[in-house]
Amino acid sequence: MTEIKSKKVFQQAFTAAFPHTIPVLTGFLVLGMAYGVLMQTKGYGAVWAVLMSMIAFCGSMQFVAITLLTAAFNPIQAFLLSITVNARHLFYGLSMLEKYKGLGKVRAVLIYTLCDETFSISSSVAPPENIDRKYFYLSISLLDYFYWVLGTFLGSVLGSLITFSTKGLDFVLTALFVVLFLEQMTSRENKISGIIGLAGTGAGLFLFGAENLVIPSMLIILLVLLAGRKRICS
Amino acid sequence: MQLTAAQTMITILAVALGAMATRFTPFLLFPEKKEPPKFVAYLGKALPPAMMGLLVVYCLKGVSVINKPHGIPELIAIAVIVALHIWKKNVLLSIGVGTVLYMVLVQAVFC
Repeated sequence: MTEIKSKKVFQQAFTAAFPHTIPVLTGFLVLGMAYGVLMQTKGYGAVWAVLMSMIAFCGSMQFVAITLLTAAFNPIQAFLLSITVNARHLFYGLSMLEKYKGLGKVRAVLIYTLCDETFSISSSVAPPENIDRKYFYLSISLLDYFYWVLGTFLGSVLGSLITFSTKGLDFVLTALFVVLFLEQMTSRENKISGIIGLAGTGAGLFLFGAENLVIPSMLIILLVLLAGRKRICS
Repeated sequence: MQLTAAQTMITILAVALGAMATRFTPFLLFPEKKEPPKFVAYLGKALPPAMMGLLVVYCLKGVSVINKPHGIPELIAIAVIVALHIWKKNVLLSIGVGTVLYMVLVQAVFC
């Protein structure tokens, strides 16, 4: 009886969560396929591409890792580079400490699959009333994870068969971030913090260039947020 | 494939380990049973909008203002997304219209 009930609770949460992930479905199929195709051209077939997507699940770092797979074997370098490229996840974790509280075993899955897109949705969208919070977040996380793995697989297997031009379709993720940025601009504190994020990263881009902007920008944002804590909260 | 199967597998695990270190560290530093320091709770609230700002700029980092088409397709698409979203407040509509418009701009107008 309880199993049937819990199944229904999950279904309701899944149905509520799915529409929020549609932009990610589009973007991840396109980018995941691009990744699968690229891996293929470097001599890594579907099995390797899908393994990388399933185990590491870290979009932009996976593209960087292609250069590691085609160079001399150096796992220490791979590990350190992965920390650098993925450093932004540290701030996602800090942001989700409260929301992912008290979710039991599911919490580890949510943390394992916490990517840019899942963070964007789960930090912007509150679970609707009467919807189970745990299953709502889990649905968003697992759907996004599945889209990425599916895209990778499709790209590796039939990437060359695509004939229509998908040029510009990956802009769907930029659009997602822009819209969720606007969605978060609700209160005065959030507006100030959002502008600090834009300006801080703009400064990071200007000072350190497109290749190395993330960590300096994170530090700028962190320092400004901490220094202005009293004013932002007032 | 330049690496052997075992070397490839180890590289994949090393990349995964790096990614997971960045994902799990905050949750290990501030376990849910203990109340986190006040400044961490503050950052938890203040960081999401700031990180969304970071992601927007991050996505646009490769856009060149100097070379053609000077970032104009991105500018137009984002302006339309912002205006449409303030007007209609419909997430999927704003994203859908913005993306299709951008595709038309880069495939048919600025090419």
